[in-house]
Amino acid sequence: MTPNTPRQILESSLVALLFASLGFGGVWYGAGISMPDLASRHGAGIDAMMNYLLLTVGVLFLTGYVALAILIWRGARRRAIGARLASRRTELTLSGALGVGMALIAEGGVLAIGIPVWAEYFDPSPPADAVVVEVTAQQFMWNVRYPGPDGVFGRTRPDLIDDATNPVGVDRADPAAADDVFTINEITVPVNRTVRVRLHSKDVIHSFFLPHLRVKQDAVPGMTPEAIFVPTREGTFEIACAELCGLAHYRMRGFFNVVSQQEYESWLRDQGTP
Amino acid sequence: MSTAALPDAGHADLGFVRRYIFSTDHKVIGIQYIITGLVMALVGVALALLIRLQLGWPDHQWTLLSTLFPAGYAGGVMTPEFYLAVVTMHGTIMVFFFISYVLVSGFGNYLVPLQVGARDMAFPFLNMLSYWIAFLSALVLIASFFVEGGAAAAGWTAYPPLSAIAAAVPGSQLGQTLWLLSMALFIASFTMSGLNIVATVFSVRAPGMSMGRLPLTVWSYFIASILGLLAFPPLTAAAVMLLLDRHAGTSFFLPGGLVVGNQLLSTSGGSPLLWQHLFWFLGHPEVYVLILPALGIACDILPAFTRKPVFGYRISVWCLVAVGVLSMIVWGHHMFVSGMSPFTGEYFSLVTLTITVPMTIFGVNMLASLWGGTIRMRVPMMFALSVIALFGSGGFGGLFLGNATADMQLHDTYFVVGHFHMMIGGVTLMATFAAIYYWFPKMFGRTMNEALGKAHFWGTFGPFFIIFFMQHFVGLEGAPRRYYAFTSFDYLQHTRGTNLAISISAMVLIAAQALFFVNFCWSLVAGRRALPNPWHATTLEWTTASPPPYGNFADREPVVHRWAYEYGVEAPEGDFADQTVPPRSVPVTV
Repeated sequence: MTPNTPRQILESSLVALLFASLGFGGVWYGAGISMPDLASRHGAGIDAMMNYLLLTVGVLFLTGYVALAILIWRGARRRAIGARLASRRTELTLSGALGVGMALIAEGGVLAIGIPVWAEYFDPSPPADAVVVEVTAQQFMWNVRYPGPDGVFGRTRPDLIDDATNPVGVDRADPAAADDVFTINEITVPVNRTVRVRLHSKDVIHSFFLPHLRVKQDAVPGMTPEAIFVPTREGTFEIACAELCGLAHYRMRGFFNVVSQQEYESWLRDQGTP
Repeated sequence: MSTAALPDAGHADLGFVRRYIFSTDHKVIGIQYIITGLVMALVGVALALLIRLQLGWPDHQWTLLSTLFPAGYAGGVMTPEFYLAVVTMHGTIMVFFFISYVLVSGFGNYLVPLQVGARDMAFPFLNMLSYWIAFLSALVLIASFFVEGGAAAAGWTAYPPLSAIAAAVPGSQLGQTLWLLSMALFIASFTMSGLNIVATVFSVRAPGMSMGRLPLTVWSYFIASILGLLAFPPLTAAAVMLLLDRHAGTSFFLPGGLVVGNQLLSTSGGSPLLWQHLFWFLGHPEVYVLILPALGIACDILPAFTRKPVFGYRISVWCLVAVGVLSMIVWGHHMFVSGMSPFTGEYFSLVTLTITVPMTIFGVNMLASLWGGTIRMRVPMMFALSVIALFGSGGFGGLFLGNATADMQLHDTYFVVGHFHMMIGGVTLMATFAAIYYWFPKMFGRTMNEALGKAHFWGTFGPFFIIFFMQHFVGLEGAPRRYYAFTSFDYLQHTRGTNLAISISAMVLIAAQALFFVNFCWSLVAGRRALPNPWHATTLEWTTASPPPYGNFADREPVVHRWAYEYGVEAPEGDFADQTVPPRSVPVTV
C-alpha cells in the first residue's frame, strides 16, 4: 500500500477532530443540564444513581471518543502497520480487565446505589398513617378519590360509571362511599408524610409521572399498582402522562399540591362529598 | 447445494421475469431487499421530517402540507391523530422495513452465501418466497395510510388496550388491523430467511471453511438469525391473539370492566401486560438481530482500511454468542414501571447489565483493531468508524436504561428515544451506509463517487449525533416521548428551544441524504467500472468477478485455506492473502 498523501492525512485528521470535538462537546453540553428540581425522599436516591451514571459514563464516553480520535490521527500518519496480531494472552488480559471493570461499574452501581432506592420505593410495609389516594386514569384526565374520614374507599362497579355524574363508578349503596372525597386532575397531600397513590385505569394504559418527585408508574386496566413516596418540598408540581394513551396524551395534565399538614387538613375538611 | 449448482449457461436461458423478478438467485434477492428497503426508507424519512416540523414549530401553519394531506393538516396545522400515525409508522417502517430489509435480509442474502463460498442459499425457492412475502407485507403496511381512521397510531409497540379498541384512537380502526397483518406477514418472511441463513451457514460452506474461519459478518448474521428464529414466533402468536381480540370478541389482552368513551365493554379476564411480555420477548432480541450484523460488517470493513487483522477475532465471536444468549432473557427491562413485580424488575436489571460485559469487550476489540493500523480514510471506513462511535455512545445510554432505579425517571422519555436511535437507528444506519459504499462495486460492478460519499458522511454523522445526543438530555429533563407538542406543561417549556435545534439538525441530516441517493442512482448507470477486488480485501466474495456470475464462483467452488483477516503479510498480490490462497504461497498465520 502506498502511504497516505498530505490531503488524505488532512481528511483523516478532520475525522479524528470530529470525534474528539463531539466527545468534549457532548460532555460540556451534558454537564449543563439537570433534572427537574427534586421534591421527594426516595428521589434523592434516584438522583444519586443518576449522578453516579452520568459521572462514570461521562468519563468512559470521553475516553472512548478521544481514544478513537487518537487512533485515527496516528493511524493516518503511519507508513507501515505497527502491530499485526496481539498475543492470545494480551487479548484475554484486555478482555478480562474490561469484563471485570464494566461488571463492577454497571452491576456495582445497581447493587450499591440502585437496589436500596428500589427497596425504599417499593416499600412492602408503608407506615400506617400514610395518606392514601386513589387515582383512576382515563382518556384524558386523572380522577382522584380520597377515602374520607372513615379511611375506607366506597365500593366501585364499572357498570355504574358515567363520565358526567359518577366517573369512577362509586356504589352509593355502600356506606363507606358516603364520605369519599373526589377531585379531578388535582391531588393535595401534606409534606413529609408517606403518600400511597393507588392507580387504576378505566380504558387504556396511562402512566402516572411526577417528574419532580421521580415517580413513574403505569396505570394499567385490570391492575392496581401503587406508588409509595414521601414529598419533601411544598409546592405545586405537574403530573404528566408518560404512556401513549391517545390523541390528547400530550396534554393529560394534573397538579400535585404538596402543602403543610394544617393546610392539608383544612383543605380536606373543605371538600364536599359529591 | 445440488439445486444451487446450475451452470451459468442455464441461467441465461431464463426469461427476464425469472432472472430479475421471481429470481431464486440470492444476489438478485438481496438487491431486491435492498432496493425495497431504500424505497421504504424514503417514506420513513419523509415521516421523520413531518415529526420534526411539528416538534420544532408546533403552531405553524403549513400551507403546502395541508394541500398534500388535507385530513392530516386540517386547517394547516398537523392534527394529533395524524401525528400519532406518523410516529407509529416511522418507527415501524424504519425498524422492520428499512433496517431489517436492507441490512439484515438484503446484505444477509447477498453476503452470506458469497462469504461462505456457496453457490446460493441452502433453500433458494424459500428465499424467493420470503422476499415476496416481505414485499407483500410492505404493501399492506403502506395501504394502511389510506383506510378509514388512518394508519395505526398506538406506537410501534402497539400496546393494548389502545391498539385493541377501535374507539380508543382513530388509528385503531382498520389501520391497526392492517398493521398487525403486515407484521404477521413480515415475521413469516423473516423467519423463512433466518432459517435459510442458518441452514446455509451450517450446510453449504466451501471446503476448508470451518466455523473458526468464518468472517465476523457471517458469524453475526448466523447468531442474529438464530435469535430471530427463537424470538419472532411469540410475536406472531401475539399478533394473531390481538387480531382475535379486535375482531373475534376474545379478551387475551383485555381485562373486564373497561370503559371507553363512556361505554362499558364486554371484555373480561385478559391482561395488557401479556402483550408487553410477548412483544418484548421478540422486541429485545430483535434489536440484536439488527445490531449484530451492523457490528459484524464494521469488523470486516475496518481491516481493509487499516491493513491489519481485526483484534481478538475469537473473543469477538464468543461475545456475539454471549450477547445472543443474554438477549433472550432480558426483555423485562422494557417494563420496569409497567406494574410488573419489583423483584422481577431487579432480576431483569441485573441480567441486562451483564450484557455490557460482552458488548464492551466487542466494542473495544473494534477500537483496538485500529491500534497500529495504517488508516486509509475511504468512505466505507468513515462509516465503519461511525459505527464504533455510535455503538459507544448508544451503549452508554443502555447503562442508564438497564438500571431499574435510573429508568424509573427515564422510562418513556426522550432519553429512550435518543438511546435507541443511536443503537438500532444509528449503529445500523452507519453500518448500512458502510456496507453499501463497500459492496456496491461487488454488487453492480461500478464504484460509487468518492467525493459525494465523503460529503454525505460529513452531512450525516455530525447532525445525527447532535440530534440524538441532545434527545437524551431532553429526556433527563423529563420530556415524555410520543408527545404531539411540548406546549401544555410548564416544566417542559424550556425544552422547546432544544427541540427547535434538534429539528434544524434533522433538516441538515435529511438534506444530506439527497447526496447519497444521487450518488447511488448515478453510480448505478455511470459509476467507474470496478475491479474484482477494489479494496484489496480477503473474504471470498472478492475472489470472484464484480458482479459475481450466477452461481457465484464461475466453474469451480473456492477452497479455503485460512481465516478471513490475513492482512499485513507479504504476498504476491500485496499485503494481503485472500482466504483461497494456499499455504505454500503465503504462510497461514492463524
